[in-house]
Amino acid sequence: MSNKILVKTQLSANVWRMRLDAPLIAKERKAGQFVILRTTCEWAERIPLTIADADPEAGTIDIIFQTVGASTKELSLLNEGEEIADVVGPLGKPTDIKDYSTPGRKGWVVVVGGGIGVAPSHPIAQAFRQAGNRVTAIMGARTKELVIMEDEMRKACNDVIIVTDDGSYGRKGLVTEPLKELCEGEDKPDEVVVAGPPVMMKFASLATKPYGVKTIVSLNSIMIDGTGMCGGCRVTVGGKTKFVCVDGPEFDAHEVDFDNFIKRLSTFKAEEAAHKCRSGLFG
Amino acid sequence: MTAKERMSIPPQEMPQQDPLARARNMEEVALGYTAEMAKKEASRCLNCPAKPCVQGCPVKIDIPAFLAAAAEGDFARALAIIRKNSLLPAVCGRVCPQERQCQKFCTVGKMFKDVAKAVAIGRVERFCADNVQAEAGEKAAPTGKRVAVIGSGPASITCAADCARAGHSVTMYEAFHKPGGVLVYGIPEFRLPKSIVQKEIDGLKDLGVEVVTDFVVGKTRKLADMKKDFDAIFVGTGAGLPKFMDIEGENLIGVFSANEYLTRANLMKAYVEDRAATPYWHGRKVAVLGGGNVAMDAARMALRLGAEEVHLIYRRSEKEMPARVEEVHHAKEEGVVFHTLENAKRILGDDDGRVAAIECLKYQLGEPDSSGRRSPVPIEGSEFVFPVDTVVVAVGSGANPLIASTTPEIETDRKGHVIVDEATRMTTMPGVFAGGDIVLGAATVILAMGEGRAAAEGINQWLAKH
Ligand SMILES: Cc1cc2nc3c(=O)[nH]c(=O)nc-3n(C[C@H](O)[C@H](O)[C@H](O)COP(=O)(O)OP(=O)(O)OC[C@H]3O[C@@H](n4cnc5c(N)ncnc54)[C@H](O)[C@@H]3O)c2cc1C
Ligand SMILES: Cc1cc2nc3c(=O)[nH]c(=O)nc-3n(C[C@H](O)[C@H](O)[C@H](O)COP(=O)(O)OP(=O)(O)OC[C@H]3O[C@@H](n4cnc5c(N)ncnc54)[C@H](O)[C@@H]3O)c2cc1C
Ligand code: SF4
Ligand code: SF4
Ligand code: FES
Repeated sequence: MSNKILVKTQLSANVWRMRLDAPLIAKERKAGQFVILRTTCEWAERIPLTIADADPEAGTIDIIFQTVGASTKELSLLNEGEEIADVVGPLGKPTDIKDYSTPGRKGWVVVVGGGIGVAPSHPIAQAFRQAGNRVTAIMGARTKELVIMEDEMRKACNDVIIVTDDGSYGRKGLVTEPLKELCEGEDKPDEVVVAGPPVMMKFASLATKPYGVKTIVSLNSIMIDGTGMCGGCRVTVGGKTKFVCVDGPEFDAHEVDFDNFIKRLSTFKAEEAAHKCRSGLFG
Repeated sequence: MTAKERMSIPPQEMPQQDPLARARNMEEVALGYTAEMAKKEASRCLNCPAKPCVQGCPVKIDIPAFLAAAAEGDFARALAIIRKNSLLPAVCGRVCPQERQCQKFCTVGKMFKDVAKAVAIGRVERFCADNVQAEAGEKAAPTGKRVAVIGSGPASITCAADCARAGHSVTMYEAFHKPGGVLVYGIPEFRLPKSIVQKEIDGLKDLGVEVVTDFVVGKTRKLADMKKDFDAIFVGTGAGLPKFMDIEGENLIGVFSANEYLTRANLMKAYVEDRAATPYWHGRKVAVLGGGNVAMDAARMALRLGAEEVHLIYRRSEKEMPARVEEVHHAKEEGVVFHTLENAKRILGDDDGRVAAIECLKYQLGEPDSSGRRSPVPIEGSEFVFPVDTVVVAVGSGANPLIASTTPEIETDRKGHVIVDEATRMTTMPGVFAGGDIVLGAATVILAMGEGRAAAEGINQWLAKH
């Protein structure tokens, strides 16, 4: 496995896409799964990233990531032709894909992607559509420049609804608004799948709950091994402790303890901030 | 030398770092014997004809023979004798629970009525391994057979070496980015320097074993698919599933499994703060739950990561602690506070969801339970609370489920341990063998080593026929 970066593109100010040479992962991966990678030397940390797309014939996988801290920044500085030290996967359970169609009615799945969350939504939308469902995407971003993968989402889905916080593109507002409207209708979605910032997932979950629409969230907890060995990724789902890396990353949104999940994400906030200063990457 | 003269040689103390200094650094605690000390210690052996010590060693090293060689100063011969039965003497000399294995049965210890005065078999073993370059050993002519070894802990290292020596072409697959299993991610540097583990891995590479990291069997490739490319497979995936206590507050910020706590520090080197990208939790008042080696390692690691207070909470008495006696002793010397006959009832958090305190219950010992140890019984109404900002849970770990859950052909018992045939170590899937913690449950390095060796024998016999 060479893990070579074959193609690198910038999708927005701080979002990048990379195509990696990873034939074994490309062959095995399914929608919903992720890889863990380590950028370079022996001091690098292990970071999880969703497999946004894959080509089993060419033996490639695509990752899309936002630079939020030292490791994602370091990754963004690597160039085409360079190799990533470690890429392991595919990890996590694949999305539970089914065809909700019944005689006379096509199944209907709504995928909601907030910001970088569009990346994990993409393979999920593709898989539900391929299974026979109609797929509607709701894509949210703060502003027009941050809308990513629009063309691909339009290709993968039957309809696409875009919302921006500032109204610079598509509808003005939050993803929860169109989501609520879709759930209010006579014909309700059979399933809603949400990926994005934790707070957005929490509110999307609250939005669908009153309508009893099945809602799945793809959680992005802090991870180390990604194989069930450390328990660092644990969340409370339905009152029980689950490991996101092996039991998830997708869970029934209405069962997830979002407040605990969001708090746990801040575990190393002070340490990460300190690291930023030292690494010199942030000026 | 007469037996009396031998008995009059004082037990050789192992030089060690000063407790207060070492509690704040990662360097190895026990510094090892000098040649003179090793010879003296070995000379304490009475060469008992019945060799009672050997029955205590899970891999039956010919202890009096290697001690006799060491007493003469022929450490190369001593090591050669050890290596007939154990492939990992530098590791086992350091981490075996000797007081419950070889040294427990030692005549000298019996005569002094103190197991601490037995011949320090492990320490001499360590000296030989550290100071003599082991011979590469012979390698049979290539057989053309291919063996996959899954995992890279002591069971897998041993199985890979023995299969490679038998002439098979061996590929080792490890899920992590660094091979060594618990020896690199669990047992800390201050107890087992990672350079020693690396030496063993380099030895495998010299034998022609190909080591593939970042490969999770069952995920990256299914075991059944790999079976098409290999004539035999060994599964040594260990007991890596952390257990929690299922008490209130266990998902608060600042509660870690020992696996996570130790992995951040050991594998990811988080303590080298100005280099490592992986962060660690800066706990000041740390509670560690458990009484085994893992708990001792977590407690002592907490000190090294800057904790001001470390409280070890164990629900039985010190006598029942499964940890090596030496580790308990070292932990106390370094300042870990022992709370025996106490157990955590719940963990209390602050408004931000961070650990603020722990509530414990006092216990007393009741009747012996199925494990033969007296069972701990809570004393009602004995709750008490004390402030901590970190809780590390070290109450054991279960079998790694990754292979079994993706390979229906491999049967496991109720606890998820892979079932193997006693004689051949073959699982219920023909041509697939298993050993180490994945079969035994969380056990010891030497047992895992022995299992890897037994499985290699099973594999060699199987490959002779298939
Ligand atoms: C299953 C899974 C799939 C993921 N897929 C993607 C993806 O496709 N694209 C992508 O850009 N990111 C994804 N993430 C998140 C990504 O792993 C983190 O952004 C990354 O680890 C941050 O590393 P860093 O060193 O750059 O930042 P850090 O310095 O570690 O963190 C910077 C800030 O981000 C917060 N943070 C840390 N870890 C996470 C996390 N896991 N999620 C959210 N915030 C975090 C920290 O609290 C801190 O405030 C995924 C996470 C998981 C668990
Ligand atoms: C903190 C700690 C302290 C300990 N102290 C002592 C001690 O003092 N003395 C002692 O004798 N014993 C001690 N032990 C126990 C001892 O380390 C274990 O019994 C021994 O390491 C088990 O060896 P193993 O080869 O079976 O598996 P492990 O050492 O657990 O190795 C298994 C390896 O398999 C890998 N793996 C798992 N699943 C897969 C997969 N699907 N694909 C690829 N790779 C996979 C894992 O990543 C791991 O590297 C300690 C254990 C711990 C955790
Ligand atoms: S391998 Fe362990 S039990 Fe056997 S002699 Fe050496 S230290 Fe003792
Ligand atoms: S029992 Fe003790 S004294 Fe006797 S042979 Fe073994 S190590 Fe030597
Ligand atoms: S990341 Fe370690 S158990 Fe999930």
